[in-house]
Amino acid sequence: MSTSSSLAPIGDHNEASLSASEGRGKEEQYVTFTVGDEEYGVNILSVREIRGWTPESRLPNLPNYVRGVVNLRGIIIPIFDLRARFGGGITQVTKRHVVVVVQVGERTRGVLVDAISDILAISYDQIKPPPDVESGMVDARYLSGLFTAHDRMVTLLDVTRLFAAETSEEDTPVLQQKQPPLAIVKKSG
Amino acid sequence: MEDLSRFKQTYFDESAELLGVAEAGLLRLTPGNVDMDEVNAIFRAVHSIKGGGGAFGFIELVNFAHEFEAVMDGLRSDRIPVTAELVDALIRANDVLGQMLAHASDGTEPDMATAHVVVVALQNAASAAVRESAGDDFDSGDVDEMRSLSSSTSTLSDDEMGGVFDDIDLSIYQSSSSSLPAAAGFDSSAGGAGFLAAPLSVAEGKTLYLIEFLPKADLLLSGNEPAFMLRALARLGEFAVVCDLTHLPELGHLEPELLYLKWRVRLETAAGRDQIEDVFEFVSDECVVNITVLASNPKPPEAPAASAKSGDAKASEAKPFVAPGAASSGQSRASSSQPASSQPAVAASRVPLPSAAPVEAASSPPASRSAVRPPAAASTISGGKADPSHAAPIGGHTIRVDLDKIDRLVNMVGEMVITQAMVAEHVRELPQGAFQELLEGLEQLAQHTRELRESVMSIRAQPVSSVFSRMPRLVRELAAETGKDVQLVTSGENTEVDKTVVENLVDPLTHMIRNSIDHGLETPDDRAAVGKNRTGSVHLSAQHRSGRIVIEVSDDGRGINRPRVLQKAMEKGLIPQGANLTDEEIDNLIFLPGFSTVEKVSNISGRGVGMDVVRRNITSLGGRIGVYSTPGEGSRFVLSLPLTLAVLDGMVISVGEERFVLPLTNIVESLRPKTSDLHGLVNQCDVIMARGEYVRLAYLDRLFGIPGAVGDATKGLVVLVETEEGGRLGLVVDEVLGQQQVVIKSLEANYRRLDGVAAATILGDGRVALILDVAGLKEMSQQVGHVGASVRSTASSSSFTSQPSAI
Repeated sequence: MSTSSSLAPIGDHNEASLSASEGRGKEEQYVTFTVGDEEYGVNILSVREIRGWTPESRLPNLPNYVRGVVNLRGIIIPIFDLRARFGGGITQVTKRHVVVVVQVGERTRGVLVDAISDILAISYDQIKPPPDVESGMVDARYLSGLFTAHDRMVTLLDVTRLFAAETSEEDTPVLQQKQPPLAIVKKSG
Repeated sequence: MEDLSRFKQTYFDESAELLGVAEAGLLRLTPGNVDMDEVNAIFRAVHSIKGGGGAFGFIELVNFAHEFEAVMDGLRSDRIPVTAELVDALIRANDVLGQMLAHASDGTEPDMATAHVVVVALQNAASAAVRESAGDDFDSGDVDEMRSLSSSTSTLSDDEMGGVFDDIDLSIYQSSSSSLPAAAGFDSSAGGAGFLAAPLSVAEGKTLYLIEFLPKADLLLSGNEPAFMLRALARLGEFAVVCDLTHLPELGHLEPELLYLKWRVRLETAAGRDQIEDVFEFVSDECVVNITVLASNPKPPEAPAASAKSGDAKASEAKPFVAPGAASSGQSRASSSQPASSQPAVAASRVPLPSAAPVEAASSPPASRSAVRPPAAASTISGGKADPSHAAPIGGHTIRVDLDKIDRLVNMVGEMVITQAMVAEHVRELPQGAFQELLEGLEQLAQHTRELRESVMSIRAQPVSSVFSRMPRLVRELAAETGKDVQLVTSGENTEVDKTVVENLVDPLTHMIRNSIDHGLETPDDRAAVGKNRTGSVHLSAQHRSGRIVIEVSDDGRGINRPRVLQKAMEKGLIPQGANLTDEEIDNLIFLPGFSTVEKVSNISGRGVGMDVVRRNITSLGGRIGVYSTPGEGSRFVLSLPLTLAVLDGMVISVGEERFVLPLTNIVESLRPKTSDLHGLVNQCDVIMARGEYVRLAYLDRLFGIPGAVGDATKGLVVLVETEEGGRLGLVVDEVLGQQQVVIKSLEANYRRLDGVAAATILGDGRVALILDVAGLKEMSQQVGHVGASVRSTASSSSFTSQPSAI
């Protein structure tokens, strides 16, 4: 795991957010990470772990933001490239890149980001809605809101929807599905 | 309710096993050669099912089981002789019991009409059997009966199953079946009645007690269970019990919460009186227990004195105890004196004295006391049967474990194997000669890992006997239906294979044995005509062979009638008219869907849905089936199956920088064609001549859009693959890296299904490799064929080509 060099002391943020959230609103912790110049956050409860980049095995005939699959201690999880998904092109991975492993329900998936930056305590009433969602200017599918930490803006992602569609068969990107899944044991010679 | 349903499940699981035990026993039951152990085992199985059923309130089931059990009890006590008709009726009864259990499990209504018919048949068969053997008398050997009761009861007490009702139930039944004598004997009380009249000779070191257990009516209200106490007594030694029903009121006056029963127990044991009293310790206020010594045979003086001493010391602490007959000096001193004399006795055992056995005396009383029980009992029983239930630890040698837990364990071990391979691969890069100890440690780790993996896999493994044991029944029925004499020989029943494989073997084996008996074996007359033994034989065997399990079903019948098979196949249009087939190919025609040579469809087979289903079942388990036949001598079907479904034999291939696994069962051969072997077909795809037929080539790099591949069949390799349906395809890859067993991992658990991909696995370096789905690839390649170059360009925009390579 590597962290951004522009990381501010965590204590500061906690103090600031604590005082701001006095009164109403339950606080929840968010893990924030950077992709390029932008900072994103996901609810810490859905983050299973953060691991360094390991080479993936690629999957055939899928859009470029599906990086492939890796072995997470015996289970096989897909890795998605957040930069590519938001149209920023493929991430040129280095050893400093990290994968945020999120778990939603029974399913686990990895999101490739540049670096982890912070853990923030955010109460519900501090979250601002993203602008121009109605007009369709912003692809709001994954966004749950915006939060201001000092002078930075953190885009909060809805982890339940984050790449959820891509892992189900309904939203098959390139090749259309035709037949029911065939188990490996059905094959023979 | 939740809890009860959990116990219910256990009950059904265990009942299923018990039914199997009963059936196996019944099938071995032959008139004139009755093994009493077998009969007892069947009786116990039925009895346990009945007992548990009562606990859950399955009334119909209990009633039925009771009838079944009553007949078995007759067999057991020699009142009813074994006849073939009776055995048939009992087997049917066992079936009905199984059906009733299934109904109880589903919560549906049992088929009482059938049950009734079977009960009547059972009773008729039993009474017919009794009539046949006129010399039998019902009253003979009350004592014998009691003895068999006593032995079976003490075995039962350690029986896992049966709940709390076992012993009570049995004794009620027993005393009511021998009705008047026993009850009357009880009333006359003097201690000489029924089983109490049994000889008073006592094994060395043991004492014969008569224990009267007279609980007060409200014993049950305090949550006590008399059966527990009776069982605890049964564990102490040779045990017999009679239940006194005389205080039982009419049903109308019966208060269900009150206890009307009283018991008398005859116990021959090496345990002291204190141990008997311990049993009733918690109910001392709610019952009266009279313990009388009927006879005693103390150990000779050479026996370890300390154990006797401490045991008696304990006894004398509690109550005065009069030991009859001669005894060793220390023992008589402690036992014949008043309670106060326990002090010296205890002191004696604490202080090392030069007399007696100093070592034992030095040990603390509880330790030496515990030594009194099983070892002493086991070692001092002479002549009498050594009861194994004493030595066996309570609870038996097996535990029930949730399958999920085992699967988690299997997964984790799979991980460990991969991690270990990963570490080993990194270590190879270390400079030679350095880190010697590390290398040695890793070598050991590798070995332990291998052993661990084998042990864990063996937990899931089950002997095939659970399937094989069902076959005698099938053969018996088929023989009766077809009028043929059939003998089934099985071997290798203890060969172990993964549970899933075992479970999926039942149907294929059933089909194959049916096939052998119905089609393979001749009628006795036909057999005699060609000089064969009138009894045909079917041989079922299992063995391990090179990492797979091989199961063979062979018969000594007429073999496959090749001309007829060929003719039928042509008639049905399964093969073209005039086709020229080898013997082997003709034999394999029987696996084609819709094939049957039998003119008349029988109950057993002939609908043409047999052998093709067998083949499909076997291949779905990753197995293969072959048939070898010699006309006039018989046929042999050979199944070869993987030992587990969690691993797969695969061939690792590479394309560009990617590696894939092809299931070995799909691979026909691999070859490198010359340019002249390749032919273009209407400018859309390449075909190659392989094994006498043209096979279309599919370039894996183009199908999957993999950059940097060789992409040329003449420079790479063509792997000839075959789908389950028999369609062939030439898969063009860069290289074949080698054969390997891989652990199958789901891609869908966290992602989704992909075309041309069956599953994934983790290779030795920790990287994921996709396991290819040959049928899917064939379909994909057909689309590519139709759409031509356009798909290739689509593929080039996909993930494989547009991504920079990883670090």
